[in-house]
Amino acid sequence: MTILIVVLVLGAFFCLYRVLRGPSIPDRAIAVDIMAVIFTCITALMALRYRLAYLLDISIALAVISFVATLALAKYLSGRSLDD
Amino acid sequence: MTETIGWVFIIGGVAFNLLGCLGLVRFPDLYNRMQAATKSVTLGTCGILFGIFLMTGFSAIGIKALVVILFVLINLPVASHALSRGSLQFGVKLWRGTIRDMFTEDRGGRSIIETGEGEEK
Amino acid sequence: MKAAKTICYWLGGFGVWLLLTWSLAPASLIAGAVVALVAALVFGRDLPLNPLRLFNPVRWFWVLVYIPVFGYMVIKANIDVALRVLSPGLQLKPGIVKIRTTLKSDIARTFLANSITLTPGTLTVEIKDDLLYIHWIEVRTEDAAEAGRLIKGPFEKLLARIFE
Repeated sequence: MTILIVVLVLGAFFCLYRVLRGPSIPDRAIAVDIMAVIFTCITALMALRYRLAYLLDISIALAVISFVATLALAKYLSGRSLDD
Repeated sequence: MTETIGWVFIIGGVAFNLLGCLGLVRFPDLYNRMQAATKSVTLGTCGILFGIFLMTGFSAIGIKALVVILFVLINLPVASHALSRGSLQFGVKLWRGTIRDMFTEDRGGRSIIETGEGEEK
Repeated sequence: MKAAKTICYWLGGFGVWLLLTWSLAPASLIAGAVVALVAALVFGRDLPLNPLRLFNPVRWFWVLVYIPVFGYMVIKANIDVALRVLSPGLQLKPGIVKIRTTLKSDIARTFLANSITLTPGTLTVEIKDDLLYIHWIEVRTEDAAEAGRLIKGPFEKLLARIFE
């Protein structure tokens, strides 16, 4: 169980590399979104390990909030272009 | 028995999640990265949560895991669709190996395919 | 008609509340009923779904056919992506092509776009009426009809049977 969580954190570090390096704003945005989903997995695994159901409520909130944030950024981007 | 199947689902899910994140690092442009990350991470997360459902059965944890599967299945494809559409209109460059870009052609804009030696990998 | 719609949304919202809280305490039930009623009254008008179609068993049969096909395609897509990620030289031939769809309703098109996003090597970029722009990781053909056949696969027919 612990090793699975460690592997997921490694994946989150790959995403973090893209957030820091990513040449454009959407690159960073999608990396943050993926990272939020990875954290969703981590909280779900912790809920399984400690048998705490309320940790999955945190998972739901994370999934929904990262979705709304990404949509807001997409809406912001589609109204303008690099030339502006 | 269900316990073992649950573990198989969880381990497979973690492996696909890791591959998706690796794809996020390795692929050359935003759109390819989005493809890899969206597909792998969706399947990986659903696998992990379904494994949790199998291991706990119809308890509070199992049912909530199923609800999270629904949210994730809507979240990632729609987010990547909206973000790729937004960044095409914004003018984020396509990789220089790209063959054809009918979207920008139809909008009548300048080509946004990378020309020179851009960032690779 | 309108009242039936509101009641359907109310029941749906209440069901989601029950799944989320997973308790039958009276206080939780009453709070859920009130919240679901307010949500159904406020947002019921804006939702495009026609809930009266939910009671047609033929559609539910095609949903049951759709799910395993979808699961098979998703797993195929992931093995494809895994091979691409792990192969030493990147074998990519990406491009954006356009295809046409015969689906009419918005919700069916949404499901088609999401299905395409999760199947091998394709990502829906934009929907304009019946035109779909697809980012394809390995362009095999630029012809709209041929590309449409390759990309949509079995989904379009199944979704037409489910939603239309």
